[in-house]
Amino acid sequence: VAALPMPVFAAATEDQIAEFTGGVEPGTGGITLTAPEIAENGNTVPIEVDAPGAVSIIILAAGNPNPGVATFNFGPLAGSHVASTRIRLAGTQDVVAVAKMADGSFVQASQEVKVTIGGCGG
Amino acid sequence: MAENVRPRVRVPATVAAGETITIKTLISHNMESGQRKDGDGNVIPRSIINRFTCDFNGQNVIDVTLEPAISRNPFFEFQATISESGTFQFTWYDDDGSVYEEQKEIAVE
Repeated sequence: VAALPMPVFAAATEDQIAEFTGGVEPGTGGITLTAPEIAENGNTVPIEVDAPGAVSIIILAAGNPNPGVATFNFGPLAGSHVASTRIRLAGTQDVVAVAKMADGSFVQASQEVKVTIGGCGG
Repeated sequence: MAENVRPRVRVPATVAAGETITIKTLISHNMESGQRKDGDGNVIPRSIINRFTCDFNGQNVIDVTLEPAISRNPFFEFQATISESGTFQFTWYDDDGSVYEEQKEIAVE
């Protein structure tokens, strides 16, 4: 694995990224993932992802029981390639966003969110 | 399973041609993750909205796949570029097969 900015992703997360990219190693830059540094309540953590020129963006939570969070597919009338939502995080972990660009390349961004109270009710 | 599901959508009433607008959607839904247990230790089965789409005059704006990690009462904010008057069609697809729909008219000034 080429030098990823963050040290460890759970294997399931890497698998999902590989499935999304078809095994291509995502680059960096051209994608912005905005999430709070600290989330007191893991049940509802606001995130925003912005990847100009993206066809689709996948959001993953590496420390959740299932890493999948959401996939955004942008249609022809999408005004920009920005989307916001609210997600559940089981605990402190990295949130990862991978975008597929119109030219078929992939870019990735991640951010650590410190979670005070987990949101998966385990 | 899916009682009291109510979609709410905020779209401007008018827009200048070619302008990009911001759309906010919220739908009341428990989004039972399938991870929680009830008082007797039995897993509560998953019951979520698994897909959300927004179309304008038959053309797609955004198509979202939702996993259980999306919070209760799923909220989305995104943008659309509008060049003609028409109708937004918002559709949410529930695990139990239910489909929730909402429409909004928008007029180009």
